[in-house]
Amino acid sequence: MSNANDPAIAVRGLQKRFGDLEALAGIDFEVASATVFGLLGPNGAGKTTAVRILTTIIEPDRGTAEVLGFDVVRDAERVRLRIGLAGQAATVDPNLTGRENLRLVGRLAQRPRAWVDLRAAELLELFELSPAADRPIRTYSGGMRRRLDVAAALVGRPPVLFLDEPTTGLDLPSRNALWATIRELVAEGTTVLLTTQYLEEADRLAGRIAVVDLGRVIAEGTPAELKAQLGSTVIEFAMASDTDAERAVGLLSDAQAEREGSRIRVPSMEGPRSLMEMLRTLDADGLYPSSLTVREPSLDDVFLRLTGHHAEPVAEPQPEQPVPVGGAA
Amino acid sequence: MSQATVAIPIPAERHGWNRFTGFVADSLAMVGRNLITLRRVPQLLVFSTIQPVIFVLLFVYVFGGAVGDATGLPYIDFLVPGIFVQMSVFGAMGTAIGLATDVKSGLLERFHALPMARSAVLAGRTAADIVRNVFVIMLVSAVSFVIGFRIHTDVLGYLGGIALVLLFGYALSWVFAGVGLAVKDPETAQAAAFPIMAPLVFASTVFVPADLMASWLQPFAEHQPVSVVASAARALMLGTPNEGYILQALLWIVGIIAVSAPIAVRRYRSAV
Repeated sequence: MSNANDPAIAVRGLQKRFGDLEALAGIDFEVASATVFGLLGPNGAGKTTAVRILTTIIEPDRGTAEVLGFDVVRDAERVRLRIGLAGQAATVDPNLTGRENLRLVGRLAQRPRAWVDLRAAELLELFELSPAADRPIRTYSGGMRRRLDVAAALVGRPPVLFLDEPTTGLDLPSRNALWATIRELVAEGTTVLLTTQYLEEADRLAGRIAVVDLGRVIAEGTPAELKAQLGSTVIEFAMASDTDAERAVGLLSDAQAEREGSRIRVPSMEGPRSLMEMLRTLDADGLYPSSLTVREPSLDDVFLRLTGHHAEPVAEPQPEQPVPVGGAA
Repeated sequence: MSQATVAIPIPAERHGWNRFTGFVADSLAMVGRNLITLRRVPQLLVFSTIQPVIFVLLFVYVFGGAVGDATGLPYIDFLVPGIFVQMSVFGAMGTAIGLATDVKSGLLERFHALPMARSAVLAGRTAADIVRNVFVIMLVSAVSFVIGFRIHTDVLGYLGGIALVLLFGYALSWVFAGVGLAVKDPETAQAAAFPIMAPLVFASTVFVPADLMASWLQPFAEHQPVSVVASAARALMLGTPNEGYILQALLWIVGIIAVSAPIAVRRYRSAV
């Protein structure tokens, strides 16, 4: 059994292949008890595969994973008694009502029936689904359905929670409410593994983040550590031509500027000040950006910095061609 | 947050007692779930009832005159036990479609991550399909009595015949459970099930006696399981010569379950 200092989740050398696709190429990470750990990466990075292995849905080809000290393959049933899953993949029955779905999951999680009934009512209240509690799920909106998915993960009050992109498709108030719920669960001792494509979400919730790309962990640390590499602000501007952009990068050699065509990104720890300095430097040489944005770093910035490629596979840049007018050729 | 329910200790093992009571409880939960679906989507039940009723009417009034004499019975009496068997075969297709829907929707992912008996999803589905078949058989029985079907033995024989047909439908549910889990898509499940099912239903003694078929087809039509069960049901309901049909039918049922249930369970484990 585990004791308090052992990690709640321990993953070592996990590999999984689906035919020709290497979904996980050997990942390692540990999640401390009563913390939120974020797996951050684009679609197809292997996040969902890792969650499916950790929740005993599929078995790894190589490597081991333990949840609360129980091996996910050899001791799958003890793992299942202790986890909750809200996933892109795992869903609820569209013909059952919200309440019936929660009761079914609670019963199958082997919790006492009377307790499950109370718990279901409580979760419906918490996720503001009480008015729709006795309507079949197929009448729910996308956001309501996502909230019920998360509620289903919480029914058994599991000590370890897996949330696979839980806020995809949620509007802003629902997302904030879910984030608040997750924080409270963690304060009560729940361990949460969260996957997300949004740096902001990982930053707001997770104590530690592993950045995943092509089935590998390419960076791991606290949000502060990752941001230190990245800058807290990204200044992005475009020049009139590639040549101008190249000149601008030359002038801004101190600032880790990255050029892509006529666009330039500059990560910065002190946005406004760097911006002023940059503009003065460019102005002194008679260069003017044709557009300019100052924003928080995104997953894409993390990826560009860590891997040199974009988070999403980008299409080959097309040579500029005049757009035919009126469709005549 | 208002999480008022007290934290309960995590059960050390599934269902304190033993694995069997756990399996039963989980299966009952799944039966409940499937029956709710049947009630919420009444079209499923309506269409599975309309089809056999139309078959009874069509066959009696269209072919009855031509075929009737060859059976040595009023055609409707010959037909109705056969229609029950045909219904149980078509009903088993519902098992394939239902399970394929669950795979496709992601519900099986959820079940795989829960500490429930692995076989409860299949046991619950096939058991719920029996309940559906009972319901459909009751409705079709009522219609057939109205248009002139008569039992030649007694009520016990009739109920025995129905029980046999239900058991056969249960056995077929396991065959089609494997099909549904293999194809993982409801439309494909329907398309895949039909070619298995159509020759068994139509090249059988369900609608016409084997003597009326092409001679090369007769040995198959007489001895394949659908015909055997139809003949056994007729023996029970109409007192036609048994000639070992009832025993053969029971052997088919046991044999089909023994082969197809382990296949379906293995498919279930690897379905996600």
